[in-house]
Amino acid sequence: MDAVGPLSSEGLVQLLTHTGEPVENETFSPYAAHLSADDLRAFWRDMTVLRAFDLEATSLQRQGELGLWVQSLGQEGAQIGSGHALREPDFVFPSYREHGVALTRDVDLVDVLKIFRGLQHGAWNPKDHGFHLYTLVIGSHALHATGYAMALDRDGLVASGDPDRDGAAVCYFGDGATSQGDVSEALTFASVYNAPVVFFVQNNQFAISEPATRQSKVPLADRGKGFGIPTVRVDGNDVIACHAVTQWAVRHARSGGGPVFIEAFTYRMGAHTTSDDPSRYRSKAQESYWAERDPISRLEAYLTNRGELSAEFRAEVEAEAKALCERARTAVRSWEREPLLTMFDDVYALPHATVEAERAWFERYEASFADGETAAEGKAH
Amino acid sequence: MTERMTMAGAINAGLRAAMERDPKVLLMGEDIGALGGVFRVTDGLHKDFGDSRVMDSPLAESGIVGTAIGMAMRDYRSVIEIQFDGFIFPAYDQITTQLAKMHYRSRGAITLPIVIRVPFAGGIGAVEHHSESPEALFAHTAGLRLVSPATPQDAYDLIQQAIACPDPVMFFEPKARYWDKGEVDIARVKAQLDQPDGEALATAEMAKARIAREGADVTLVAYGPTVRLALQAAEVAREEGTDVEVIDLRSISPLDSDTVVNSAKRTGRVVVVHEAPTAFGSGAELSARVTEQAFFHLHAPVLRVGGFHTPYPGAKFEHDYLPSLDRVLDAVDRVMAH
Repeated sequence: MDAVGPLSSEGLVQLLTHTGEPVENETFSPYAAHLSADDLRAFWRDMTVLRAFDLEATSLQRQGELGLWVQSLGQEGAQIGSGHALREPDFVFPSYREHGVALTRDVDLVDVLKIFRGLQHGAWNPKDHGFHLYTLVIGSHALHATGYAMALDRDGLVASGDPDRDGAAVCYFGDGATSQGDVSEALTFASVYNAPVVFFVQNNQFAISEPATRQSKVPLADRGKGFGIPTVRVDGNDVIACHAVTQWAVRHARSGGGPVFIEAFTYRMGAHTTSDDPSRYRSKAQESYWAERDPISRLEAYLTNRGELSAEFRAEVEAEAKALCERARTAVRSWEREPLLTMFDDVYALPHATVEAERAWFERYEASFADGETAAEGKAH
Repeated sequence: MTERMTMAGAINAGLRAAMERDPKVLLMGEDIGALGGVFRVTDGLHKDFGDSRVMDSPLAESGIVGTAIGMAMRDYRSVIEIQFDGFIFPAYDQITTQLAKMHYRSRGAITLPIVIRVPFAGGIGAVEHHSESPEALFAHTAGLRLVSPATPQDAYDLIQQAIACPDPVMFFEPKARYWDKGEVDIARVKAQLDQPDGEALATAEMAKARIAREGADVTLVAYGPTVRLALQAAEVAREEGTDVEVIDLRSISPLDSDTVVNSAKRTGRVVVVHEAPTAFGSGAELSARVTEQAFFHLHAPVLRVGGFHTPYPGAKFEHDYLPSLDRVLDAVDRVMAH
């Protein structure tokens, strides 16, 4: 991979090579120093479970149980590493591929499938998890994250003197989103208001079929610089480096340093969604190159080399993944649609005459069929 | 307890009252601070409430709406100023795909009590993009409420009711009426908001139309800038022997259909007057509702008087583009002729 511009891998922060050898980094190694073997095993477990779930959801889509699935395959390192750098006062604004971050925020992944089965647009309460709803309009949530961060600042939850109280907003989006006006506007607002927001770009190389070169001539991290925002490029398939860089960024933001822009250089190993065909726009050679840089096998090699991944632990994680997949399968097939009239709920917080009138009409309309059936049955009897 | 003030002054007083009432109420927009807004509607508020409550924002409409959404998630109530109607389109995506739908998507977990103030409509001789009436585009979007005051009293009441409302409210200010003066009772809306269920009362009242003038022969329906025109038309028609009832809708979404339909049943003739282009506009919605609900009471088809299906023309043409007294009276004559 000797690409230039946004596809260049130059200048990436890396703490673990793709074969699992540790690397020292003067600036960022200290932000990973606290990680114990247990922590790293937990990262490995989360990535492994996430991948199994992701493949299960893909199968469910193929079986017609889900309308669509958006795979996170290949991006487990960026998501699990960064997600575990966050705490309760932080608030995450995901796009729609952040199942791994959702996992770190204790969102039940099975619930996420409700969105893709067409039952809900939400499926979790953002306030319960510090994890906002998925956003499908590319980049629009970068502004929500920025506004939320501005409010955190106003609420005295930045540089409060008690680091445990301080929070940051963390916004995840992809390489394509960096072309959106809303992302540029978010960077402007974040910068001029010194908002405690971390923009975490997963450069997975493609916006559906378009390579990152169609979004930018320079590494995406450079987007932050023109706005006066500190930027970091990190190896997105290195879960430890992603963790350390995010740890640094959120501490910077929480302590009043303002926004940070992180580019996690990674690769979407699957399709954009279950609707597209990546063989039309990328090569086998490229896929093989990235397969060698798999975030899970990299950490696995590191832990195995150190004798810290026992067969017993592996079996435990395998069982956990299997149980989650089974639960997903059973749940998806058992979910009933909620009562029809719930379609009219929550359009507004308070009654709105148009919605009320249409709900009432539809209720009568539906009831007219029920009456008809009853009448028909009455006649038949 | 009444005071005489202009509509701009009434909105300013209403904003001040809301800010004094609730420290979570913030103003955001371009030039709203030291300058007091290009129409001076926020005049003096920056001086009294400071940078943190009256925020001069970057020149980015989508950014203003989008950041207000994030702030609302921490319970701030932003009142946003979009400088001119034609500049709302950069924020159209945030308003329609995000602001309008968040409560629904989150199944009620997230409320976004944001007010978007839009100086709208024409008649002030402005340049391109400064005189538009885009209300139908937003009325078509579920999740938004839309109101437009026609008098200083309504401006004062509605802005406070809009701020108290837990739903997003688009507040269309008829800029040609900013300098109209009227008596404003400043106690009534406060008494309403002081009730334990003040938010619900305010929201319900915000949705009610007002019969601005009673009449028996024709119902003229108007809102915002065309209410004064409709009242003038009613006066002229009176001299010609036609008794015109004028309804000031106040709320465009929801529409107070009952008030309009009941009036239509009494008069049997309806003319809707708005500045926005007639085709696919709110007049079409009103016409359809009246036809569906009062068909057998009608003596004539419902007529609409509005702008044309052209871009808003240059200022030298706007007098002819906008509904005029003559065009309103012509429509009244036509429904009377049936």
